[in-house]
Amino acid sequence: MVASAALVDGAAAVAPGGSVASAPTRGTRRRDWKGYLYVLPAFVVFAVFLGMPLLQTVWYSFWNWNGFGTATWAGLDNYTEIVSDPSILRSFGHSGVLIVFYSFVPVAVALMLTAILSRSPRLRGLGLFRTLLFLPQVIASVVVATSWIAIYSPDGLINQGLRAVGLEGVTRAWLGDFDTALPAIGLVGTWLGIGLCLVLFLSGVATIDGELFEAVRLDGAGLWREFFAITLPAIRGHIVIALTLTIVAALKTFDLVYVTTRGGPGSATTVPAFEAYNRAFNTREVGSASAIAVTLTVVILLITLAVSRLQPKEDPR
Amino acid sequence: MRITRGEALLNYGVLTLFSLMAVVPLIGVVLTSLTPSGQAGGGLRVPDRLAFENFSEAWDIGRFGSYLLSSVIVTVSVVVLTTVLATFAAFAFARMRFPLSNTIFYLMLVGLMLPAEAFVIPLYYNLRSVGLTDSYWALILPQTAQSLAFAVFWLRNQFRQFPDGIVEAARIDGAGDIRVLWRIIVPPSRPAIITMCLLISMWTWNEFLIPLIMVTRESLRTAPLGLAFFQGQHATDFALLSAAGIIVAAPIVLLYVVAQRHFISGMIGGSVKG
Repeated sequence: MVASAALVDGAAAVAPGGSVASAPTRGTRRRDWKGYLYVLPAFVVFAVFLGMPLLQTVWYSFWNWNGFGTATWAGLDNYTEIVSDPSILRSFGHSGVLIVFYSFVPVAVALMLTAILSRSPRLRGLGLFRTLLFLPQVIASVVVATSWIAIYSPDGLINQGLRAVGLEGVTRAWLGDFDTALPAIGLVGTWLGIGLCLVLFLSGVATIDGELFEAVRLDGAGLWREFFAITLPAIRGHIVIALTLTIVAALKTFDLVYVTTRGGPGSATTVPAFEAYNRAFNTREVGSASAIAVTLTVVILLITLAVSRLQPKEDPR
Repeated sequence: MRITRGEALLNYGVLTLFSLMAVVPLIGVVLTSLTPSGQAGGGLRVPDRLAFENFSEAWDIGRFGSYLLSSVIVTVSVVVLTTVLATFAAFAFARMRFPLSNTIFYLMLVGLMLPAEAFVIPLYYNLRSVGLTDSYWALILPQTAQSLAFAVFWLRNQFRQFPDGIVEAARIDGAGDIRVLWRIIVPPSRPAIITMCLLISMWTWNEFLIPLIMVTRESLRTAPLGLAFFQGQHATDFALLSAAGIIVAAPIVLLYVVAQRHFISGMIGGSVKG
């Protein structure tokens, strides 16, 4: 959820690390060796339980290991496997599909809604709507998954709705069907994303000076002109954040797949995070699992970096 | 600004429609959880009587009392540990000068972007080799490490905004670093600290992968993990599953209802403002 925080901060903090006796910029920021004592406990926990294992994952990815016997050196085999093994390639392809559902669709829908809503950011009762729209964000993904299993079940909400409008022929077990399982999981992401993006964009719109709208409207601008001239530029930073958060969420998808389909039917819904878990702890291919995990991490970092380049230079708020 | 009546209606219509889309699946869960066990089909239908027994049945069969207890132990420990460690670290990062401070800070921020898969595989084998898997430590310490990135980042921002003059004055009065931190800087930072604690509670409570990998003993299972196993055993008993889902989600949803401003401003602010 907070994936982009560091990124945004990167531009803001420019103090050089370990600078020599330059005059302190703030009165209380003295050169202070005690600083290490304050940082040490947190750093040790970070290093032992996150930093070191992260490096080990890279190391593991160069070995073939089943988790208990002796490991054999694999060199780059586990990485060449990623591009040659169709099941791994497919899982990354599935991530691409999920990005559309998790990110592009919600951002587009939320932008459209924002265009309609931006004229009245201080609508009465907005707080209640915001609370409801944001509610899915705080519900455990395992609970979300079990709820959607019910919704997609043969007598669930979706099929019930289809029958109600006379589309009996379309009904099916959505999560069990090779063609619909992946989009069905994607739609859960869309459901999660729309509220998040809308709340994010509205918080951006709330910072726009209302008189801007008045001025443009006096010029006779319509809804769309108004949107492109005022709203869109004002919330550009928020759009970048929304893209980052939702794309990263799509790439990190694990809980939903694990609980709803375990990658099935067949391998119709495998995703890299699930492949990595499955190989590390079920099929005992720890090296291959590590290589997938490393690749996934690199993909996430690269995409985050690429998206952040769309960020306007000045602070969006 | 002024908007016409028609526009206001349109706005309310749009907001209502999408708010409904957000909550209808959840209303479905609530209705299903109150439908007598045999009749629940997973759809939206008003039960002819309110079957509250689903909750007690899910609680007993699913052993959710034990799962909730584990979740509470783990969540409280992670929040307390993270807050204490991060407060000291953020204080140093925000208000002290020492070589490599920024390097160390950005290193720790790496945790913000990493998928858990990037570190859990070796972490599992490390902890197993020292006999720590299947213990609360295996749940608490890795999640503390994960939360520290956000907590240090969040608190450093907060502590940097603190006016220098007051700190200077306290120092002149002879206050040491510890005293400055706990007596001068922490008290007015309380809202930010509460927001942070709420977000970390939510992330820890809802976490699934780390408990899935680290523990096999049933008594250590956290609520989401327990629900996943329960789902495996009662795949089509939607009434029971919905009741169980509500039990698992309720503590955080209640926190959210009480403190929604903290949640929304924290999650939006944490990502926007930096």
